[in-house]
Amino acid sequence: MIEVRGLAKSFLLHNQGGAELRVLRSRTFDVQPGECVALQGRSGSGKSTLLKCLYANYRASAGSIRIGGTEVTSASPRELLRLRREAVGYVSQFLRVIPRVPALAVVAEPLLDDGPYDETAAERARQEAEQLLLRLRIPLRLWSVAPATFSGGEQQRINIARGLIRKRPVLLLDEPTASLDTENRSTVVAMINEARAQGAAIVGIFHDREVRDAVATRVLDMEAGS
Amino acid sequence: MNAPVAIAAEARAAARENQYNFAYLDERTKRMIRRAILKAVAIPGYQVPFGSREMPLPYGWGTGGIQVTASIIGPRDVLKVIDQGADDTVNAVNIRRFFQRTTGVAVTDRTAEATLIQTRHRIPETPLAAGQIMVYQVPVPEPLQRLEPREAESRRMHALGEYGLMHVKLYEDIARFGRIATAYDYPVMVNGRYMMSPSPIPKFDNPKLHMSPALQLFGAGREKRIYAVPPWTRVESLDFEDHPFEVQKWASTCALCGSGGSFLDEVITDDRGGRMFLCSDTDYCRRRRDATA
Amino acid sequence: MNEPLLKATNVSKYFGKRTAVDEVSLELWPGEVLAVVGESGSGKTTLLDCLAGRARPDVGRVEYQTRHEGVKDIHALAEAERRLLARTDWGYVHQSPDQGLRMGVSAGANVGERLMALGARHYGNIRDEATDWLTRVEMDPARIDESPRSFSGGMRQRLQIARNLVTRPRLVFMDEPTSGLDVSVQARLLDLLRSLTRSLPLAAIVVTHDLAVARLLAHRLMVMKDGRAVESGLTDQVLDDPQHPYTQLLVSSVLHP
Repeated sequence: MIEVRGLAKSFLLHNQGGAELRVLRSRTFDVQPGECVALQGRSGSGKSTLLKCLYANYRASAGSIRIGGTEVTSASPRELLRLRREAVGYVSQFLRVIPRVPALAVVAEPLLDDGPYDETAAERARQEAEQLLLRLRIPLRLWSVAPATFSGGEQQRINIARGLIRKRPVLLLDEPTASLDTENRSTVVAMINEARAQGAAIVGIFHDREVRDAVATRVLDMEAGS
Repeated sequence: MNAPVAIAAEARAAARENQYNFAYLDERTKRMIRRAILKAVAIPGYQVPFGSREMPLPYGWGTGGIQVTASIIGPRDVLKVIDQGADDTVNAVNIRRFFQRTTGVAVTDRTAEATLIQTRHRIPETPLAAGQIMVYQVPVPEPLQRLEPREAESRRMHALGEYGLMHVKLYEDIARFGRIATAYDYPVMVNGRYMMSPSPIPKFDNPKLHMSPALQLFGAGREKRIYAVPPWTRVESLDFEDHPFEVQKWASTCALCGSGGSFLDEVITDDRGGRMFLCSDTDYCRRRRDATA
Repeated sequence: MNEPLLKATNVSKYFGKRTAVDEVSLELWPGEVLAVVGESGSGKTTLLDCLAGRARPDVGRVEYQTRHEGVKDIHALAEAERRLLARTDWGYVHQSPDQGLRMGVSAGANVGERLMALGARHYGNIRDEATDWLTRVEMDPARIDESPRSFSGGMRQRLQIARNLVTRPRLVFMDEPTSGLDVSVQARLLDLLRSLTRSLPLAAIVVTHDLAVARLLAHRLMVMKDGRAVESGLTDQVLDDPQHPYTQLLVSSVLHP
């Protein structure tokens, strides 16, 4: 579960005259297992920034973030890496392309993060990845192709598969359905709800109102006070 | 020569009149070289630097071996000098005459009767006995020289016992030729610690170095190094488990004495492809012929 | 494992009056890849050499968690011990493969050398290992007897990697492993490094001036300027949310095609 207290984030731009961009003022909220909190607000209200602070992609300027007992803002890099591997999944808006790694391997990777590499583990990971790709209707012929040339929607589905393949107690979703057609959108909605049913605590940004209504248990308005 | 030749007292006097110190070198130099030899004997296979002197023959003609012999030879020694196994080649003759002139010692061509044997490129077939000393002429004392020309690096390799590079070379031979291609100056491990160049003796002779009752001294004049293998020391030729060390074999035997177990030289007898194989060790060959005569 | 694999404490190195490395501390855990990023003159290569035992720091300690003998201060070891560690537990990939290879011997001999240095004496086994590793670095094993002189830059670099990994080191130091290579060749090599560090697994310290290489290979990133570590953290943290003015400058200077 997630506990946020007084989270603030500013960007200090040293090389642009020392300008300070205050994006998050002070946010306090909790997310329990089984909840899905949708972040709501206009562009620039700090939704993505909040998610990235939770994932330790951005460093909080002030406040505290506890995920399952670990204080993210003061955790060591080693602890953060472990936290990400085991506890926090993140589906980003853009697919960071790893050149040359084929789609199937991209999706399977999180399952091989842990122990020593062996053929049985690789095979199991491969099979699970295949299941997800099938479910998300990625054509077979693309499984052995690196996603760099995929369409926006295909890349997004690879992102989602990679983010969800390992069952983690916390999920952070940044616009997971923005580029998807209706059919795939409802598949993803179903996957999010399954994760929630399995006890995940989810924080997400859902541009599409229908999707938000289908998955969110609560809405957090970014523009209201903390 | 058929019998040990002793030089008459007049010859000895003549030697002294040449105004050279006994064995040509001054006493201080001999002492320095003996110290180097003692160090070398104390660390089998280790190359000891020494102050190589200017000798009356150029580098490459055995100055190292001559300096070692000159430092240890005494009036009661019996000296044998061979070159490629033979006592009567130009180099052997000249080196022997040099020592006769500067020391007056007795000389011989019989391995069994010599106390001190200086050699270039061969070890006699006749097994050596305790109390004998072999002095080898060495052109390049550093076995790693061709693989690692930087002396600072090769010295470090010896100091740390890091000899993987030589095995790389042997591996390379097998990859390229199907077998280890080195036929002479075949590298050995002395006392399980130092890698040594046994001088350009054929690999056929390598087994004779191992656990020899004799003292073996190696002198490199140009490179200014002395090293030694004390008696009863392990000397093992490098190889791989699946490509073990092998000595050369000939299809024929010696045309003069019939030996099938000695190192044979191939001699071209005419210009129609005629050839014969003869023992390289002339003393050994003659003794075998005398024995059957 | 509760001890870091490698721990540097307050490492400094001077060349006369010039401070090349200024009080740098870091920890590396098994399986982690740390990128050290900086421009020319930042001290990153000197730091790498201090960590790899190739240069001696003037101040500070570098401690390594050995396989069986606990934590050792690598610069307090006898040279023989340190060289043995370098041959068994560590790898060092040079920027220029020519420096890290023996150009005069075959690919197979290059890969087998470490094994032979450690006492391997069975030609057939050595050759089998070499063949295996050539395959792992995506080289044609049929070229095992060819000299690296006939290989392209990318192949030489892969050969260098195989030569280092044959003793299954736990930690590999890499100095600009992909610079000088064509872009497509770089991509292939990075792909290989990435999969090797994940599958072996391997801890690595990669010195690079290329942020994209750091992004791809490294879990953690340290930014160096004038010998100091000005910022460090998770790679995505440092690249997406740079705090230090120099880091911000570096990140904003990178061209994106």
